[in-house]
Amino acid sequence: MSEALLPLHTVAPFVDPTGADGVFSLLWLVIALPALGAAVLLVGGRRTDRWGHLLGCATVVVSFVLSVILFIALAGRSDDDRSVHQHLWTWFTSGSYKVQFDILYDQLSALFLLLITGVGSLIHIYSIGYMAHDDRRRRFFAHLNLFVASMLVLVLASDYLGVFLGWEGVGLASYLLIGFWQQKHSAAFAAKKAFVVNRVGDIGMALAASLIFATFGSTSFKVVSENAHNASKGTLTAIGLLLLLAACGKSAQFPLQSWLLDAMEGPTPVSALIHAATMVTAGVYLITRSNFIFSIAPDARTGVVLVGTITLLMGAIIGCAKDDIKKVLAGSTMSQIGYMILASGLGVAGYAFAIFHLLTHGFFKANMFLGAGSVMHGTNDDVDMRHYGALRTSMPVTFLTFAMGYLAIIGFPGFSGFWSKDKIIETALDQNVVIGLCALLGAGITGFYMTRLMLMTFFGEKRWEKDVHPHESPKVMTVPLIVLAALSALGGLLLVGNWIVDWLSPVVGSEEHVDTTLSPWVLSALAVIVVAGGVAVAWMLFGRRPIPREAPTDVSFVTRAARVDLYGDAANEELFVKPGYGLVHGVMAFDDGVVDGGTVGTATALGHLSARGRMVQNGFVRSYALTLLAGAALVLLALLVVTW
Amino acid sequence: MMGLIPLAVGDPTTPTAASSASQMGATPFIVLSAILFTIGAVGVLTRRNAIVVFMCVELMLNASNLALITFSRANGNLDGQIAAFFVMVVAAAEVVVGLAIIMTIFRTRRSASVDDASLLKY
Repeated sequence: MSEALLPLHTVAPFVDPTGADGVFSLLWLVIALPALGAAVLLVGGRRTDRWGHLLGCATVVVSFVLSVILFIALAGRSDDDRSVHQHLWTWFTSGSYKVQFDILYDQLSALFLLLITGVGSLIHIYSIGYMAHDDRRRRFFAHLNLFVASMLVLVLASDYLGVFLGWEGVGLASYLLIGFWQQKHSAAFAAKKAFVVNRVGDIGMALAASLIFATFGSTSFKVVSENAHNASKGTLTAIGLLLLLAACGKSAQFPLQSWLLDAMEGPTPVSALIHAATMVTAGVYLITRSNFIFSIAPDARTGVVLVGTITLLMGAIIGCAKDDIKKVLAGSTMSQIGYMILASGLGVAGYAFAIFHLLTHGFFKANMFLGAGSVMHGTNDDVDMRHYGALRTSMPVTFLTFAMGYLAIIGFPGFSGFWSKDKIIETALDQNVVIGLCALLGAGITGFYMTRLMLMTFFGEKRWEKDVHPHESPKVMTVPLIVLAALSALGGLLLVGNWIVDWLSPVVGSEEHVDTTLSPWVLSALAVIVVAGGVAVAWMLFGRRPIPREAPTDVSFVTRAARVDLYGDAANEELFVKPGYGLVHGVMAFDDGVVDGGTVGTATALGHLSARGRMVQNGFVRSYALTLLAGAALVLLALLVVTW
Repeated sequence: MMGLIPLAVGDPTTPTAASSASQMGATPFIVLSAILFTIGAVGVLTRRNAIVVFMCVELMLNASNLALITFSRANGNLDGQIAAFFVMVVAAAEVVVGLAIIMTIFRTRRSASVDDASLLKY
């Protein structure tokens, strides 16, 4: 893709933030509450077991209420005055480099705040029911609170270093939660894998922050955005690509996608939290927040678009072949985040749609993950879709709410995903036909694998294990599902009157609307036709035929590849793990042979030498006397020679 | 003995006990000292009996005393004599300690041979 296809747009001027007064002085509480919850539950220990889950929910719910109040207050301000800045304290000073621990609350953070605390609250409430029988439930809520608090730090920081703090906090919390059932070897392994893969992305983040500091002398968004146009193009591209690497780690984009599918080992609410409200959205946030860099670094944007496109196809293909309901959803998350990354790589035209899709995806993906959790709850924690079937009668609420999420993700006209995904495909097609067609193809595959999931889970005949008696989940689990289902259906309202684009334009910039080659209506119709094609194929393959309880083995090469995550793990194994082992063995051999050999060898040689020299001390006094005499004679001789 | 050694050469005002005919240079005394020292040194190296070795050491010390005093006389000052006094004091102390050690070794090992007392090695 050439630069000409990604034209330069107007860059958003950084709005000078106003101080936090009035209701905005409560901004810090939004972070502090979940952080306090986590601290109390972790330090309090078993004493808090009885009411720990209630406290965990309360902190996040109050945070959400605060977020709503703050949002209303922000919306009440004028368009160019919606950037609020709260100084908390000076984090550290080193020479001329001063890092403030400040909160930046603007249109972008506001939306994230609502998503994180809103969806987070629902997931917390749902977890009360889901984790009811786990005797470590209090600890689970402590970690959930920590997760939410870290994510809030990430989106509220006014400085790349502050973002990095939240970034690492999210990494830690995800590690703790994915490996929550640490007694399971696979869970412990998945947690380690997620942590290690995320570290690779974190290197990108750390290097990007360092490079930003080296270039601009500061890491605060304000300074960087004001001076970005002064930096050289190469530097900006480098910063952009490093930020992209960071985003790849957290958002599970190619080539750092491998942790996401294994992360399903965690309890299902964790998957919902990781996939919908926190963690994977961090990468999209980072790129959108850094729009002042990406807008003037088209080469970096090209990288972003490529990564997004590859990932959206990969995730979709993987989702088609999995029989584990959570892994299908994980594949679809990869794919949907790919859409967002793709959109954010399209520049000013795409940022708003990336965030729009992020919000709607947050609703419908949380909805479907919690729905999957509900299904598992009713089927003795079985995750294999081949053991489901006909669950719609025994779990009507779960089925209906899941159906809302399903219609949203495939982009059924009117549902939230329809509006958000359509906009991304439209913008992509507008800028590059190949990328746009890839996005369109991804939408078709999405229709296929989600229909497959629906048919295998809720339709067809019963394929349950003998001792399984599916039942509807308790109210505490179904109510969040209903709320999320409503949001999945109605999330498209955010686009009414182009609201979200106008709302975000002071942060991410805006462009004059250009006439697209195809009219939006034709495009929408095209997208719907492609999706309908995917749905129809799935219906032919899985709706009209009985589904075997065992996965068929005589399948095509593509299916085999997709079942093993398109050889992602194998590639990592061959490219990194094995050379890594080789390197370690080499280093160990070098250490044993050269370093240890050198020191031990020297010591041994000296030991042997002194053993020889020691023999001079033979115990015969007369030989000592002879030595003495000889020495004296030698000294005399030397004196004579000198004085001659 | 003092009278035999001339004071500083070419100092006619200094009265000497010896007549000018019997006046001898410092050389014979130094030669004697060297001979005594050599006898002592050879004795230390060749004899096995600790007492005899000890006596030889004394001989070497006294040979050096003789040399010191000769030079003292030849130079007309008392530096060498003072040094000789110190050597005598050290020799006396050394005899006390050394004989005590030899006695103890003889009591335990029934031998005064220095070659037998060779346990303190490597």
